Amino acid sequence: MDEEVRLMKGNEAIAHAAVRYGVDGYFGYPITPQSEVLETLEALMPWETTGMVVLQAESEVASINMVYGGAATGKAVMTSSSSPGISLMQEGLSYIAAGELPALVVNVMRGGPGLGTIHPSQADYHQATRGGGHGDYHFIVLAPSTVQEMADFVGLGFDLAFKYRTPAMILADGIVGQMMEKVVLPPQRPRRTEREIAEQCPWAVTGRPAGRRPNVMTTLELDSYKMEENNLRYQATYERIRRNEVRYEEYLTDDADYIFVAFGSMARICTKAIDDARSMGIRVGLVRPITLWPFPEKPLAELSKRVKGMLVVELNAGQMIDDVRIATSGRVPVEHFGRLGGIVPSPAEVTDALKKFISRI
Amino acid sequence: MNIDDIKRAENVVCTKPRLLNDNNMHYCPGCSHGVVHKLVAEVIEEMGAEHIAIGIAPVGCAVFAYNYIDIDWIEAAHGRAPAVATAAKRLNPDRLVFTYQGDGDLAAIGTAETIHAANRGENIAIIFINNAIYGMTGGQMAPTTLEGMKTSTTPYGRRVDLNGHPLRITELLAQLPGTCYVTRQSVHTPATVRKAKAAIRKAFENSMKGLGTSVVEIVSTCNSGWKMTPDKANKWMVDNMFPFYPPGDLKNTAAEK
Repeated sequence: MDEEVRLMKGNEAIAHAAVRYGVDGYFGYPITPQSEVLETLEALMPWETTGMVVLQAESEVASINMVYGGAATGKAVMTSSSSPGISLMQEGLSYIAAGELPALVVNVMRGGPGLGTIHPSQADYHQATRGGGHGDYHFIVLAPSTVQEMADFVGLGFDLAFKYRTPAMILADGIVGQMMEKVVLPPQRPRRTEREIAEQCPWAVTGRPAGRRPNVMTTLELDSYKMEENNLRYQATYERIRRNEVRYEEYLTDDADYIFVAFGSMARICTKAIDDARSMGIRVGLVRPITLWPFPEKPLAELSKRVKGMLVVELNAGQMIDDVRIATSGRVPVEHFGRLGGIVPSPAEVTDALKKFISRI
Repeated sequence: MNIDDIKRAENVVCTKPRLLNDNNMHYCPGCSHGVVHKLVAEVIEEMGAEHIAIGIAPVGCAVFAYNYIDIDWIEAAHGRAPAVATAAKRLNPDRLVFTYQGDGDLAAIGTAETIHAANRGENIAIIFINNAIYGMTGGQMAPTTLEGMKTSTTPYGRRVDLNGHPLRITELLAQLPGTCYVTRQSVHTPATVRKAKAAIRKAFENSMKGLGTSVVEIVSTCNSGWKMTPDKANKWMVDNMFPFYPPGDLKNTAAEK
């Protein structure tokens, strides 16, 4: 398959991009608003073309443990779900992080807590950026704001996951998952051969050839000194990721007096609000974190030295605002605007919130 | 004469399998795990399968199975071994993938994973150690704990009105069309050890032939958890476990194929 321009949903783009990247296996369980990922993969029947395994598991608990098992054999494996399903995966994610296994998890967020709503939300920000399960760990979190980024971040997510031996998450919201846009799908890449996997992943559990020590994937270590060493090794990896993999985008920040900080679909709404506000003479710009972990602290710290205030706009009750406040160390007023429960604010509501913010500070 | 005078090649009448390493096992004296580990190692060795063998270890007493048998292993989260094995086998269909699980792992916390892997007919073998108790955590009630049996969480004996019934999950698994071979064995006498070994071999061969899921339950002793001497535990198992968990094949459609 060559590069191809198509019109499709963000969820469908994830599925197409996975096949074209040469993913070895997908394991998932239906949940709105992301079921199109599994549906599209089943319709594409990639086991007939690339040999990719696609399996509908009995639960999200099973699917994340299938990801753990597949990743342990050195394969490129992924799952996708939405908020309640991602909560069920937290134990497995903790094991995958502790096992230093590459894997990709997609969370197309819906409103919560509890069963919540099937409408869009960004309320899993804390869960995603703080690890989410038990123990001290992080993983790379990519926040797409377009269908194109949904497709692109599949490849980027796997590249980073294998580079650092860590899980990566695409943290999308129901808007990006459900909306249709033009997308350029990458050309088909071959899946890695067994020899390539053996070379790239000497740790992989593949069956022990004569002369090699057994490869054992375990996260258990009862010797506290060794367990502390394991933890320090994880932390060293996270430090390398913090140093090298921060990604973000700025829009009209050069002359800005005020900054919106927003990710995913909310960043697009803020872009429209910026155009409206600037037509009223308010000089406002946008910082869009693309990696939510690692968080773009430095650009926000720099901007905090010359702007008058930052408004963090999220589809939640105020979560990313914590990271913005940490990054800006109290140098400027930082406030939050958001809607909850699946409601998406209009650009006019965001502009209005900005005007009120300016009048308060 | 000292021990080294006896340990000479010409005096060897039997030996442990090469894949069973010299690490000191943490299992209690009298525990069935050590015997079953030896059988698993022997079967893999005799099949010449160590280069394709992937074991999935449970959470429970066998959590450290990977410390004793020198093959590649994945240590699963509690109860999730069949899900882990499903992916390992589907992504590596020419490998020999088996799980090794206890009763709490397989029949309580992992019931869903066990039933669905078996119902899909995953080409894996499941070795199921049923000693009717949680050994590793100190002798609590298991799903397979017999009625009236005392454990640390049923100190006056298991009452079905309070704790439910002991679960014959192997009978349940035999009902599923995805399983090809379901058997119940034990390892308390030389004869039963030989039969259990043959069952494990058959299960491993079935999975490599792609016949579906094979389940080998080993009715086992936990003399520490049961608070008995090893000898008394063996007798207690025969008198109390066997009536409820009778040894023998429950299903062998593999033989017909």
